[in-house]
Amino acid sequence: MAEKLVIIGNGMAPGRMLEHLLESVPGRYAVTIFNAEPRVNYDRIMLSPVLSGEKNFEQIIIHGDGWYIKNAITLYKGHKIVAIDRDAKTVTSDHGVVEPYDKLVIATGSVPFILPVPGNNLAGVLSYRDLDDVNAMLLAAQSRTKAVVIGGGLLGLEAAAGLEAQGMDVTVLHLMPTLMERQLDPAAGYLLQRAIEDRGIKVICKANTKAIIGHKKVEGVELADGRIIPATLVVMAAGIKPNAGLAKEAGLAANRGILVDAGMRTSDPAIFAVGECAEVGGHVYGLVAPLYEMARVAAAHLADAKSTAAFVHNDTPTKLKVTGIELFSLGDFADGDDRHEIVLRDASAGVYKRIILKDNRIIGTVLYGETADGAWFNDLKKKQVDITDMRDTLIFGQAYQGGTPLDPMAAVAALPDDAEICGCNGVCKGKIVGAIQEKGLTSLDDVRAHTKASASCGSCTGLVEQLMSLTLGASYNPAAVQPMCGCTILGHDDVRRLIKAKELKNIYAVMQELEWTTSCGCAKCRPALNYYLVCDWPGEYADDYQSRFINERVHANIQKNGTYSVVPRMWGGVTSAKELRAIADVVDKFNIPTVKVTGGQRIDMLGVKKEDLPAVWADLGKAGFVSGHAYAKGLRTVKTCVGTDWCRFGTQNSTGLGIRIEKFMWGSWTPAKVKMAVSGCPRNCAEATCKDVGVICVDSGYEIHFAGAAGLDIKGTEVLGLVKTENEALEVIVALVQMYREQARYLERIYKWAKRVTIDEIRRQVFHNLEKRKGYYDRFVYSQRFAQVDPWSERVSGLHKHEFKPMATIGLAQAAE
Amino acid sequence: MRWVLIGSLTDIPRRGARCVETPKGKIAVFRTSEDRVFAIEDHCPHKGGPLSQGIVHAAAVTCPLHNWVISLETGRALGADEGSARTIPVKVESDEIFIALAADSKADRAA
Ligand SMILES: Cc1cc2nc3c(=O)[nH]c(=O)nc-3n(C[C@H](O)[C@H](O)[C@H](O)COP(=O)(O)OP(=O)(O)OC[C@H]3O[C@@H](n4cnc5c(N)ncnc54)[C@H](O)[C@@H]3O)c2cc1C
Ligand code: SF4
Ligand code: SF4
Ligand code: FES
Repeated sequence: MAEKLVIIGNGMAPGRMLEHLLESVPGRYAVTIFNAEPRVNYDRIMLSPVLSGEKNFEQIIIHGDGWYIKNAITLYKGHKIVAIDRDAKTVTSDHGVVEPYDKLVIATGSVPFILPVPGNNLAGVLSYRDLDDVNAMLLAAQSRTKAVVIGGGLLGLEAAAGLEAQGMDVTVLHLMPTLMERQLDPAAGYLLQRAIEDRGIKVICKANTKAIIGHKKVEGVELADGRIIPATLVVMAAGIKPNAGLAKEAGLAANRGILVDAGMRTSDPAIFAVGECAEVGGHVYGLVAPLYEMARVAAAHLADAKSTAAFVHNDTPTKLKVTGIELFSLGDFADGDDRHEIVLRDASAGVYKRIILKDNRIIGTVLYGETADGAWFNDLKKKQVDITDMRDTLIFGQAYQGGTPLDPMAAVAALPDDAEICGCNGVCKGKIVGAIQEKGLTSLDDVRAHTKASASCGSCTGLVEQLMSLTLGASYNPAAVQPMCGCTILGHDDVRRLIKAKELKNIYAVMQELEWTTSCGCAKCRPALNYYLVCDWPGEYADDYQSRFINERVHANIQKNGTYSVVPRMWGGVTSAKELRAIADVVDKFNIPTVKVTGGQRIDMLGVKKEDLPAVWADLGKAGFVSGHAYAKGLRTVKTCVGTDWCRFGTQNSTGLGIRIEKFMWGSWTPAKVKMAVSGCPRNCAEATCKDVGVICVDSGYEIHFAGAAGLDIKGTEVLGLVKTENEALEVIVALVQMYREQARYLERIYKWAKRVTIDEIRRQVFHNLEKRKGYYDRFVYSQRFAQVDPWSERVSGLHKHEFKPMATIGLAQAAE
Repeated sequence: MRWVLIGSLTDIPRRGARCVETPKGKIAVFRTSEDRVFAIEDHCPHKGGPLSQGIVHAAAVTCPLHNWVISLETGRALGADEGSARTIPVKVESDEIFIALAADSKADRAA
């Protein structure tokens, strides 16, 4: 008589197992299946096309009713098994059917992870797992209102795309900073987010769901930061958990999933487990390829007790089934120095490819925008092929072995004709290319003469030259520009112009669109890019702290022994008894070893331990101090003399002007540090003539100086011009600094920038041309709205708490346990 | 050797680092942009700079004091510089980070 085989769950894994079994030992078992879902075995993967309307349910059925009849399999639809009795060898369904077994297979799959937040059981909150979920979503979509999908992984994005295709207004909330972070590196995550947003789906990353709100029915989602996103439908796609509860209750060994050996046998030799509910070799799986391998192995053992078939772990590539988005991810794509990466970016085509090699063999691949070669890379990886011989061309794919190398001018070639190349004179790409062609221009000077492009500050010279190469071909040979760093062929000026012209508003966008050759930059380019973005997109770009040097990250200066120095701001160098007392108290309380007066008329407390920084700031803050930014590439100090207040030679209120400038400009980031001074008469006690910006007060007004240096280089200032009123002095100084902020290269002091751009050009723009001066001034004022935040009070309030305290302290006893 | 839980992945920002205090000195724990986690002693082989304060890029950190670039995987200085910092085994299990500590005899007695 046939042995009795009972299967719990009728998903894709046991379906495949039965196919193997029917082929190898037909008739060996009398099979009974219990399935909680009231239907036959269908292709769960294809639920997304059903949701988007590209397919219907009939088209995704794997085994129709006829198949069960033909193979004499009993299928209990809508019967959930509630107990396994291993002694009696029976299972019991929720409808009371008791079925004996000789062999049992558990294939209960997974259950969706439901966020433990208030409101998660309101009507209108769904998961995305089976046909019932899809039908419920389709019904909700008829209202064509707003939907929120929680989770920006594979499932969430497919759900979002499907709902959008059904006419809903969809927002995706994702906890991590980039989408699908388990499968994609941040660079590809950026491209994916752009593509998703292009379809009209909103994406909010770093979104921490606090609650689902509504009376009886869902009305919206509330985030931890207080934002509320209205919605009539909420889909939770925040992950899955192996469905191992039934097995655990029956006393089978389980961890995350039901533990099985390489032959898919559980701790009870009569019971097997296959599919997402099984845990083998420390892994649980959520993609069908390994589940089908489990099915093959389990079938072999059910057919032949002596079978040696064994499950082996293999990486499975991930793809996203959203029409129009090509994405492929495989294996290990983290970098490391025993690994090498090959990166190809084609900005105009939206392509990003990255191959990770170790010992000349592929260990991981991320492809975005063009995935045709995924299978080939997968194959090379599986077979561990040594790729040394094709290394240079590998990234172009199988068909392009021996193909042409990358075009370094692709980024400029791809710019539209109306992209502005020269910011000073407002010249666009089309005009330059047109002039070169029509007038037969062949040298940079000609182009400057005819179009004015790069004739002013000169920062766009590199781009103009690239346009000439592009238009004139090999006959034009530009002078080589010094690249920013090893990650790019572009120089600082080119990068700055392109950030503006292409409206690049985050670091990943810059790296992708400008075809960086590394996946996440280096310590040279990241701080520079962060500054350029902060400067160019105030209010839009979120400062990336991890791309700042430590001094700017902790708002203090690191000293040679790893302690910090703290300098509170003393406006114009003026202090009071109350302030001095507060400083003295802090020094005592925190045992600060050294207190010193700086060259910039400030008080420096040296030797503060990092863990003490927040408490030191809190105390200083209570006394009314803000950060002195003594660490910053930004406005440091405005030194003053006592001017007409006290000095018999004083001509103007130099102290008052210095304080006014400092209060107006503090907090702004600049390419390199900016130090200023105001002296009340030409005797110049505040040493204003060796500063980045200085003012010498005279009877007739204010003489504005700039471009001095008193560090590694020594240089007296240049005179920008004389103005009559304090207001005008402030306006000119602000315009000057803003021009410097917008044009200089990162880490370039004002005097070096001025030498490059010429004193005359700067004077023309910020002194004589009143309209330009006003423009610079207004842009500075706007950006100060986002910059004048006291970083100390921000930190005292708890931002980035673990930055200052160890994340853990391991005591002696604990270390020795 | 024993695994000690030090916190969760989200305690460290991506491309950042945090410190762990141990009886044998500070350990810097790094998280890369791709969520790989490394631990090395917080002491630059050049002049002892606190590596946890550097800029993290790929699987390397640039020391904040004089810009040596240290591999997070091997602790060795990259490029022309020579020297190395001790690495500490780490593992991440469902977002919890553990580091391995050697049970050393001196600490044993102290406990
Ligand atoms: C929308 C979506 C898209 C996907 N896309 C992909 C993809 O592109 N590529 C890929 O590889 N994978 C994809 N997957 C994952 C893939 O579908 C699953 O890995 C696979 O279907 C799991 O098969 P399984 O047999 O382990 O479990 P399931 O298919 O989940 O089957 C388990 C069945 O057991 C039943 N059951 C549970 N408990 C009991 C009980 N106590 N008694 C009786 N019956 C019970 C359940 O009702 C269910 O029908 C996707 C999944 C979804 C939901
Ligand atoms: S600079 Fe002139 S006004 Fe100022 S303190 Fe010196 S002498 Fe007096
Ligand atoms: S002068 Fe040199 S040694 Fe003195 S504080 Fe400045 S950088 Fe340090
Ligand atoms: S101490 Fe690290 S580079 Fe000098």
